[in-house]
Amino acid sequence: MTDLARTRTLRTPGGLSVRYRPRTVLAVTACLFTAAAVAVATLGSGDYPLTPGEVLSALTGGGDPAADFVVNELRLPRVVTALLTGAALALSGAVLQALVRNPLGSPDILGLTQGATTGALLVVATGGSSLALAGGAVAGGTAAGALIRALARRGGTGGHRLVLVGIGVAAVLGGVNGYLLTRIQLMEAARALLWLTGSLDGRGWDDALPLLAVLAVLLPVVLLACGPGLRMLELGDDTALALGVPIERIRPALLACAVLLASVAAAAAGPVSFVALTAPQLARRLTRAPGPNLLASTAMGAALLAAADLAAQHAFGQRQLPVGVVTGVLGGGYLVWLLAAERRAGRL
Amino acid sequence: MPLVAATPRLTARDLTLSYDRRTVAEGLDVEIPDHSFTVVIGPNACGKSTLLRALARVLRPTRGTVLLDGADLARLPARRVARTLGLLPQSSVAPDGITVADLVARGRHPHQGLLRQWSHEDERITEESMAATGVAELADRPVDELSGGQRQRVWIAMALAQQTPLLLLDEPTTYLDISHQIEVLDLCDRLHRTQGRTLVAVLHDLNQAARYATHLIVMRDGRVVAAGDPGEILTAELVEEVYRLPCRIIPDPETGTPLVVPAAPKRN
Amino acid sequence: MHDVTARPGPPVPAVPPAPAVPAVPAGRRRNRTRALGLLAALALLTAAAVLSVAVGAKALSPAEVWHGLTDPASPAYPVVNRMRVPRTLLGLLAGTALGLAGAVMQAVTRNPLADPGLLGINAGASAAIATAIAFLGVGGFTGYVWFGLAGAGVVSALVYAVGGGRRATPARLALAGAALNAALYSYVSAVMLLDSGSLDRMRFWTIGSLAATTPGTVAAVAPFVLVGAVLALALARPLNALAMGEESATALGARPARIRAGAVLTVTLLCGAATAACGPIVFIGLTVPHLVRALTGPDLRWMLPYCAVLAPLLLLGSDVLGRILGRPGELQVGIVTSVLGGLFFLLLVRRAKAARA
Repeated sequence: MTDLARTRTLRTPGGLSVRYRPRTVLAVTACLFTAAAVAVATLGSGDYPLTPGEVLSALTGGGDPAADFVVNELRLPRVVTALLTGAALALSGAVLQALVRNPLGSPDILGLTQGATTGALLVVATGGSSLALAGGAVAGGTAAGALIRALARRGGTGGHRLVLVGIGVAAVLGGVNGYLLTRIQLMEAARALLWLTGSLDGRGWDDALPLLAVLAVLLPVVLLACGPGLRMLELGDDTALALGVPIERIRPALLACAVLLASVAAAAAGPVSFVALTAPQLARRLTRAPGPNLLASTAMGAALLAAADLAAQHAFGQRQLPVGVVTGVLGGGYLVWLLAAERRAGRL
Repeated sequence: MPLVAATPRLTARDLTLSYDRRTVAEGLDVEIPDHSFTVVIGPNACGKSTLLRALARVLRPTRGTVLLDGADLARLPARRVARTLGLLPQSSVAPDGITVADLVARGRHPHQGLLRQWSHEDERITEESMAATGVAELADRPVDELSGGQRQRVWIAMALAQQTPLLLLDEPTTYLDISHQIEVLDLCDRLHRTQGRTLVAVLHDLNQAARYATHLIVMRDGRVVAAGDPGEILTAELVEEVYRLPCRIIPDPETGTPLVVPAAPKRN
Repeated sequence: MHDVTARPGPPVPAVPPAPAVPAVPAGRRRNRTRALGLLAALALLTAAAVLSVAVGAKALSPAEVWHGLTDPASPAYPVVNRMRVPRTLLGLLAGTALGLAGAVMQAVTRNPLADPGLLGINAGASAAIATAIAFLGVGGFTGYVWFGLAGAGVVSALVYAVGGGRRATPARLALAGAALNAALYSYVSAVMLLDSGSLDRMRFWTIGSLAATTPGTVAAVAPFVLVGAVLALALARPLNALAMGEESATALGARPARIRAGAVLTVTLLCGAATAACGPIVFIGLTVPHLVRALTGPDLRWMLPYCAVLAPLLLLGSDVLGRILGRPGELQVGIVTSVLGGLFFLLLVRRAKAARA
């Protein structure tokens, strides 16, 4: 095990070098493999069951027309949305946790999710289209992020301060959301409630594609441009500055990325709670590596949300639960355990 | 190493330093002589750590400039500064579960790039830094399991791995017992004498400062009260003025440097 | 982690605890001011209670309200006497309970962030009651209250243990609470969504509302709140001793373990009963003690009575505000308190920052 955890270096004759940890590579691969397996299982289950082989041949363009329709038209958009939402949320959570240096920094606790909800509810209240709803969620989440940053800002932002301000903002917005809910007409209220609990029901390509575009841009930005700096930030602001990390630039940039990722994810699937919080922690325990574990978290998030969605669809008989409820129970429970374990280990 | 120039590499002119709106120091002029082991002393809350943070570019001065090789520190790219100037801050956070070798390796950050993540030089310097601080045999241990003295040496090793000609240390001996304090100071002394690095440290203990410093900066209430060779400037009058502590100065029986002995309480 | 730097500390009161020997005239004058202040607060509370009886969805003139209060034959009698009066009384009881619980929790954890809502204790009561409704077929307040108490008790112990016990930092406690809150509320919504019968019964209750109060609920919740309140007031002096730190308290002859157990019991009684009666109402327990501390200083012998008066004032005020803002319907009081409380919380965090060196 220690061998796998030891960092290796790959060198080219030209003097270039890349560092990697075999254990991390293994963890990322395992998560991606699990995500793929869960996706195939989800594509194959439902009122029209298919074997994994049938699913794969439908995906690759073979198979009979009925299977092709069920897999590629009906089920695939939802599965892809689940994978991408999970990835976006987890990446957002991993960045935020590293930024605030607190394992509990996440869009739910910092009020970003609540902000997205407020935006979405405002759109529902005015009877906007589903595209407008997604736009409202993104705008709301981004506004909440800006608000938290502004409130936490004066005189340098300590990580805990960001969390505390976030808790306050989350509470206020939670109240505002309650108010909006009572103000919305009954028909719209059902639509709002469904969105609110974080559901992937009936997701189409319209939901998946914007998410894919945002991830395609932000994932490299976060991983390559900000990742090394984020690793240094872990050592404390002063140390990071002394090591030449331009904190004043990198911190707002990362915060913006995290806010955007969380908002877009909320726009696609509603406020799915606790994926952002738990995925990075789970990933970290798999890789056993310090640092934000950005790539492993992203892969873990995709696998986690896809699995939670599979459970939400099929684990409770005929009745489907919104995926947000499943992740909330699992994530919250896991987190309590995590805190207790940290306490036992004497790390407070 | 560059030749000793007329003006030292690191100087500060007319610095005003503040947190939020609370001004900690005003009108500071400081010169750090090249290749010196400079020690900053002064009573609590006199602004000595604040000065160090400003010299290290961690705190931006509200007025005045810190000059590194004649250029305004605040305008230099962070990475370039980090190749010349290292800092061991008072508060550092060791990420959970990180090993000594990995932590020390992070000191190489300013010298690395996206496609040059770990050169042979990085490896060599990391190993040398661990050897110099005596933590080489701890390389694979997690930092959280180490004792306070070991941990402090690991952080110093990280700062060393940065390979900067100038190294600033903010209270490197705090929370260490006396033997570890001496160990850390001996290490600093060695770095300064054998590698020719310029060291600036904030210390609490007057006698340790007097023994190790080649240049002493004495502060009180955000001002520099005296600066120079400890043997020349450290007088009973100065200590009484700065610390409000009546005392006698005698030569240190080991080194001959000034030794501050507080006056006995008056009993009638 | 450097929790110290971000500790959102209470607005550090410049006033030392009241001296043990109150012989100095200055101290006596101070106590008189405090007593007068308490009387003024009581007067305000009475006014709020009157408003709460007078204002509502059905517009009534003062004369009609008076008749509705006293004359069973009056057309306003069902609205005033059977609905608004119980609702007002429950507001008084629940407010007192939450305010006292918050003050006791902040004192015993020496943590300005301790609040029954924020720390998930109300959510614990909710989860236990949801379980009781959905799986055990329990109905009616008398059934709820025992489950509420059990849930509150388990979660108080859990959050204290998970949050780090005596070494808990404000941030860590708050985060432990946030985690418990999320898990427990997700559980509650899962239960509600899977069983439409319980959804109906629980929908309003989970937001926190005084709207559906019956005289029976008031009668049932009163004993718990009264016992809890007496316990809380009895704890004032021991908690004052504990405020100086474990060791000093022991040196002064106090028994920390016993005080802490008493405090947990008190908080459980108060929060469990209040939550069972009107659903989770957050932030009252956080904001009121802070406000009061600024008024009276940290002496719990004064803080607790003040909390007992000002917390129901805030709750009733929020409830009346909800009725006015929400016309023609009404806003649940939980919504109003979470907005007001959240804003206050933000103010606190920002002020703590300004006070920091």
